[in-house]
Amino acid sequence: MSKKIDVGKRILSANEQYALKNSQLLGEQKKLCVNIISSPGSGKTTILARTIRDVKDKIRIGVIEGDIQTDLDAERIRATEAPVVQIETGGSCHLSAAQVSGALEKLPVNELDLIFIENVGNLVCPSAFELGESGKIVVLSVAEGDDKPVKYPAIFAKSKVLLINKIDLLEVGAQVDFDVERVRTDARKLNKGIEIFPISAQTGEGMNRWYDWLVESVKDLQVD
Amino acid sequence: MHETMVAESLLATISDQARKQNAKPLSAKISCGMLNAVNDEVLCFAFDAIAKGTSCEGIRLEIEHKLMQGQCKKCNERFDFKLNCPKCPKCDSEEFDLLPDAPLLLEQIEFEME
Repeated sequence: MSKKIDVGKRILSANEQYALKNSQLLGEQKKLCVNIISSPGSGKTTILARTIRDVKDKIRIGVIEGDIQTDLDAERIRATEAPVVQIETGGSCHLSAAQVSGALEKLPVNELDLIFIENVGNLVCPSAFELGESGKIVVLSVAEGDDKPVKYPAIFAKSKVLLINKIDLLEVGAQVDFDVERVRTDARKLNKGIEIFPISAQTGEGMNRWYDWLVESVKDLQVD
Repeated sequence: MHETMVAESLLATISDQARKQNAKPLSAKISCGMLNAVNDEVLCFAFDAIAKGTSCEGIRLEIEHKLMQGQCKKCNERFDFKLNCPKCPKCDSEEFDLLPDAPLLLEQIEFEME
């Protein structure tokens, strides 16, 4: 004999409560918060460092860095003079909303317009944990291959922006087989509204459209 | 790998219910959408490992995966969204809305009765 009890409880509700707290804090202060997700080595930190330097006259940026080990990325951000907090997850494959909540307390949030959260390099797990952000950004570098939206649909379905990075490698002569149009088509099947910016954080190509998007998003939030 | 965290939350909730019911749990039903990125084998392995020595040791997890739903803008048909064929199966229209993905839910727990 057995009896069945209906529960109907969200399994990640503890994380979701922290996410709600973060989004309320950021919402009250009208701060844009962007959660950046990608595989390791796609160029997240390079994109951030260049973005901070290039838009510093227009928007004030702070960064939360997530890594399994070391504060190497935080050092690279510190060199731009932007405020940064490093979270070392010690093995965990994603950032949790509770960790971000603690990091937000250490950042001078009231002196910023935009907070970047650089998630742990991983195309799967971070997409399942809401942090209370205004939106997710996915970075795909061309060396990873153009089949990633089909293979890892969750993050492409949930992101507001897709940055296709390292497009300088597609120049004639480089041995990279990557079809930008295939990525556009596959990403839009999952997410009609996703903004797609092909960029090179190394050479600066295409970065202006990304900067315009950031500046507009900050402005939209502040006049709301 | 994030399944470990899912397993921990699950164990906490099922243990809590077992205390309230004062009964031994036998199995639990879980449902999730395709964007939750939950792998059955990994979740069951993680759960078994952390449940050892607790009231939840040895319980069976049943995991139901729900497909994402599309809703056609032309004929209003609701259908299972397939990435390799993203169109309305009734009228072939490619104009549709993707409905929100199903959340990760603990649906039901089965307990032993004395």
